[in-house]
Amino acid sequence: MNDKAEHTPELNYLNAGHTVKSWLLTVDHKRIGILYLIAMTCFFLIGACAAALFRIELATAAPDLLANDTYNRLFTMHGIIMVFFFLIPAVPGVLGNFLVPLMIGAKDVAFPRLNLASWYIYMLGGMFTLAAVILGGIDTGWTFYTPYSSVYADSNVILAGSGVFITGFSSILTGLNFIVTIHKMRAPGMRWMRLPLFIWAQYATSIINVLGTPVIAITLLLVVFERGFGFGIFDPQKGGDPVLYQHLFWFYSHPAVYIMILPGFGVVSEVIACFSRKRIYGYEFVAFSSLAIAAIGFFVWGHHMFTSSQSVYAALIFSVLSFLVGIPTAIKIFNWTATLYKGSIELSAPMIYTLGFIGLFMVGGLTGLFLATMAVNVHLHDTYFVVAHFHYVMVGGMMFAWLAGLHFWWPKLFGKMYNSFWAKVGAVIIFFGFNFTFFPQFIAGYMGMPRRYHVYDTVYQPFQMLSTAGAFFMGSGLIICFVTLVASLFSKKHCGRNPWKATGLEWMKAASPPDPHNFTSPVVVDVEAYDYTDERVYEDA
Amino acid sequence: MSHVSTEITDKPYQQHHFDSMEQQTQSTLLGIWLFMAQEILFFGGMFATYTIYRLLYPQAWALGAGTQNVWLGMTNTIVLIGSSVSIVFAVHAARHNQRGQVMKWFAVTLLLGTVFFGIKSIEYGGKWNHHMVPGLRWDDGHALHTIQEHAPEGMNVTELPKGIQLYYSLYFVMTGMHALHMVVGFGLAIWIMIKNARGCFNSEYYPHVEYFGLYWHFVDIVWIFLFPLLYLV
Repeated sequence: MNDKAEHTPELNYLNAGHTVKSWLLTVDHKRIGILYLIAMTCFFLIGACAAALFRIELATAAPDLLANDTYNRLFTMHGIIMVFFFLIPAVPGVLGNFLVPLMIGAKDVAFPRLNLASWYIYMLGGMFTLAAVILGGIDTGWTFYTPYSSVYADSNVILAGSGVFITGFSSILTGLNFIVTIHKMRAPGMRWMRLPLFIWAQYATSIINVLGTPVIAITLLLVVFERGFGFGIFDPQKGGDPVLYQHLFWFYSHPAVYIMILPGFGVVSEVIACFSRKRIYGYEFVAFSSLAIAAIGFFVWGHHMFTSSQSVYAALIFSVLSFLVGIPTAIKIFNWTATLYKGSIELSAPMIYTLGFIGLFMVGGLTGLFLATMAVNVHLHDTYFVVAHFHYVMVGGMMFAWLAGLHFWWPKLFGKMYNSFWAKVGAVIIFFGFNFTFFPQFIAGYMGMPRRYHVYDTVYQPFQMLSTAGAFFMGSGLIICFVTLVASLFSKKHCGRNPWKATGLEWMKAASPPDPHNFTSPVVVDVEAYDYTDERVYEDA
Repeated sequence: MSHVSTEITDKPYQQHHFDSMEQQTQSTLLGIWLFMAQEILFFGGMFATYTIYRLLYPQAWALGAGTQNVWLGMTNTIVLIGSSVSIVFAVHAARHNQRGQVMKWFAVTLLLGTVFFGIKSIEYGGKWNHHMVPGLRWDDGHALHTIQEHAPEGMNVTELPKGIQLYYSLYFVMTGMHALHMVVGFGLAIWIMIKNARGCFNSEYYPHVEYFGLYWHFVDIVWIFLFPLLYLV
C-alpha cells in the first residue's frame, strides 16, 4: 500500500463529493452506511426519549406524570421505533453496508442503486411511523394484536402499520443485496471458509430477512385492510381467528429476534478475535451455528403463545424447539470464551462492550430457557420478567454489540480515533446502568408484576424506582459515548490504516477512510481468516 | 464516482463494480430468484391463512366457490397462459435482435393482460352489485340469495354458512394482490418497451426483457394456484 499511515488519504469516500446531492444520490455503499447511521441515531433518540418519559412515570406506583392512554402510546412508540427502526436495521444497515463489500474484497454491493433505494424505503417507512406518532400516536403495543388493533383501538394503527410494512421492504432488499454480494462478489481467493464471521452472520441474517419479512408484510397489510375496509380476516365476529394473527405475526417476529442479534454475534466474533489476538476457536462451528440459528429460529414462534389457547401438543413441540435453538447459541458463547482463553486480551472500549455483551446476553438467553418451559411460562407470561428477559437480549445483547462494532470500526469509518478513556468510561457506565435498570425487573416480574401497567401495587415500587434510576444512569453513559465519538470527528490526528492491528481486508488493504472504490489495487486473498501470526497485520499502521 | 476506470469501454454493458460480464449476469439472476423467493413467502402468508380457514369452514368454501363464474375464471386462466407464451416469444425475439418483434410481443402481452383486467372487473362488479364485498358492501340477505341461487340442486340454504365472509375477504385480498402485481408488471413492461424503442438492447444484452419474462411467469403461476383454490374447490 502506498498511502502514508499518518495522513488522511487525499481522496476518500467522505471527501469525494461535498454537496448534499452527492450524499442523497450516492450509490457508494459506504456513504449509504453513513446515511443509515445518521437516520438510525435519530430514531434511537426518539425511542429513548419515549422510554425516559415512561420510566419517570413508573418511578412511583401512583399515576403522576402521564395519563394511562399517553402511557400506552409511549411504550408502543418506544417498541415500534426501537424494534423496527433501530434494532433490526442497525448493524446490517450501517456496519453491514459499510463492511460487507470491504471484507470480501469487492468494489460495492451487487446492486448499488437498489441499496440506495432501500435507504429511501426505510426513511419512507420511518416518516409514516413518525406521522402516526405526531398525529396522536398508537396504543396497541408493538405487536399490533388483533382484534384490538383491527377493530377497537382508537389510534393511528393504519399509519404505523403501513410504516412497518414499508420498512420491511427495506430489510428484504438489503438482505437480497447482501446474499447476492456474498455469493458472487468475493475477491479471488476469498473462499467461504476464509470469510470473516461477520459475513457469515450477515448472510444468515439476510436469509431470515428475505424469507421472514414478507410474511409480516402481508400480515400487517391484512390488519390494515381489516381496519380500513372492514375485511374480516382476523375478526371473530366474522369467524376469523385472532390467534392466527399471532401465529403469522410471530412467524416473522420471532426470527426477527435473530435478525437483530445475529449481526451482533458477527461483530462480537471480530472484536474478540482482534483483542485476544487469536483465531476464533472453532471457526466452522461459529459460522455454521449462525445458519443453524437462522434455520431453527423459524420454528420456535409458538413459544410466544403458550397462554393463547394454542394446542398443548403444538406448545410442547415449540417448547422443545426453543430449547434446541439454545444449542447453536451456546456453541458460540463457548467458542468465544475458548478464544479468550490464553489470548493476549486488551481491554479496549470495543472489547469492554463485547465482554459486557457475552455476560448480559447469557443472562438474556438463559432466562429465555425459563420462559420456553411451559409451566414456568404460565407464571411469567406478560410479566416484567419477560420485559427484563428481552431487554437483556435486545439491549444487553444487540445494543452492546452495536456499540462494540461502532467503536471498533469507527476509525475505519472516519479515519479518527476517539478518546479511549472516555469511551471506556461510557462503556462501563452503560454496563452498570443497564443492570440497575433491568435486573430489578426480573424480580418484580417473578413476584407477579404484569407488564404495560402504569399504575401498580406499591410492593413493586422499590424495583421500579431502581429501574428508573438505572435508566438515567445508563442514559448518561450513552451521552458520554455519543459525545466522545462525535468529538473525535473534530480531531486533527489521523488514526492510521489499521490502528487495532486487526486482520481482515478492511483493515489490511483499505485506507481509513477508504477510497471511493474501496481498494486502490486488485485484491487477492491468500490467508485464512483471523491469522494473527501473519506479519502483514503488523505492518506500517 | 470521480474516476471511472477506462478499461471497461470494450464492455459497454458492464457496471463498473463488477469484474466481468458473467459475474454481473449471475448476480442479477440470483437477485431475481431471491426476489421470487420473498414473493412466494408474501403470498405464502395468504395461502396459509386460506388453508386454515378452509379447514375450519369447508361449507362456506364450497358454497362460496359455487357463486364464482367458473367460465370467466377459466377464460382468464387461458388468457394469462397466453400472455406467458407471448412473453416467451418476446424474449426469443430479443435474443435474436428483432427489436420490432419484441415490441409486438410485449404489446400482445399487455393486450392479454388488459383482457384479464376487463374480465376481473366484471367479476368484481358482480360481487359489488350483489352486496358480497365484506366490510365495504355486504348484506346478509343479498348474499344468502345469491348463494342459494348457485347452490347445488336440491340443497336448501336457509342461513349463511359460518365463515362465508372470510372466503370473500380472502378472495378479494388474494386476487387483489395478484392484480396489483400485474399492475406493477404493466409499468415494467411499458418501461422496457420504451428502452427497447430507444435501442437499449441487442442479442448480447437484454436482461430486462428476460427478467421481466421470469416475473410475468411468476405472476401467472400465482393465478394458476388461485384459480382452482378459489373457483373449483
